[in-house]
Amino acid sequence: MDQALQKRLIEAVASTVIAHAEELTNLDSAIGDGDHGLNMKRGFTEVMADVDGLAAKPLPDALRAIGTKLVMKIGGASGPLYGTLFLTLGKELADPPTPSDAARAFGVAVAAVMARGKSEPGQKTMLDVLAPTQAELAAGGDDLLARLKSRAAASAAATVPMRAIRGRASFLGERSIGHMDPGARSSWLMIEAVCDVLGD
Amino acid sequence: MTNVGIVIVSHSAKVAEGAADMVRQMVGNSVRVAHTGGNSEGGLGTDVAAIMAAIDHAWSDAGVAILVDLGGAETNSEMAIEMLGADRRDRVVMCNAPIVEGAVIAATEASGGSPLDLVKRAAEELSPEA
Repeated sequence: MDQALQKRLIEAVASTVIAHAEELTNLDSAIGDGDHGLNMKRGFTEVMADVDGLAAKPLPDALRAIGTKLVMKIGGASGPLYGTLFLTLGKELADPPTPSDAARAFGVAVAAVMARGKSEPGQKTMLDVLAPTQAELAAGGDDLLARLKSRAAASAAATVPMRAIRGRASFLGERSIGHMDPGARSSWLMIEAVCDVLGD
Repeated sequence: MTNVGIVIVSHSAKVAEGAADMVRQMVGNSVRVAHTGGNSEGGLGTDVAAIMAAIDHAWSDAGVAILVDLGGAETNSEMAIEMLGADRRDRVVMCNAPIVEGAVIAATEASGGSPLDLVKRAAEELSPEA
């Protein structure tokens, strides 16, 4: 992949997550332990600090390096979950990826996150955004970037009435209903950031 | 060391340290015990690099049993195990047990020279669903 584009993608994802840290923490305070924003900010600040180094690597190596940074720095459950997502994308994506490569690699990565979190869609987690967005990507067709963004947004919104079954929010039972899942929100933010850069 | 080692992984450094103290009171120096708690900035959380270091510290050729508290500690410990070398990965297990009671029971079992699967089973007998 073109280095300048790769740099813009990494910067867009990292800076979006960092800019929304407070919102993510507020969502997590409602239904979890309130550390999602801060943890994600710590991980992506580390990514941002090395953005030139990451942009210079071949795409698969860059994704794996990002995954390792997230695993080592985030410190909460999101570290291994997002770490696994990026590590798996790094293992599976061709450079440069075609849309069908991307859909297949993203599918493998989502399955890896499911295995890591022992979870599946419908349990009020990041998977409720990642899985439907992957399905949209796999469907292909016209206007794909706009469709991916709106599918991610709608999927994140759909976590509001869900009851959490996995993670700390599951301790709250019924009280987890009525708030967007913070992991769903952070996944939506990243997908939107990637689509915005690719659509430019 | 020929006895199975014990690693305690909590979100809280104080919980991890306290649980390790209780284990040492039971088994003295007959079992290697390592503990870690808190994220890389010293806040509540868990740290994959620190978990890997704790496994190294408690290492025994008989293996290492890990006790964790909440979700992230479990996920980060699984990640740490995967990142170990292939020669060690298969000799580290996670116990589905309460962290304090599980660590004490597992260490007591280990101090008698039991193999890794029996140490794990002893701890997991504490969990109703196990």
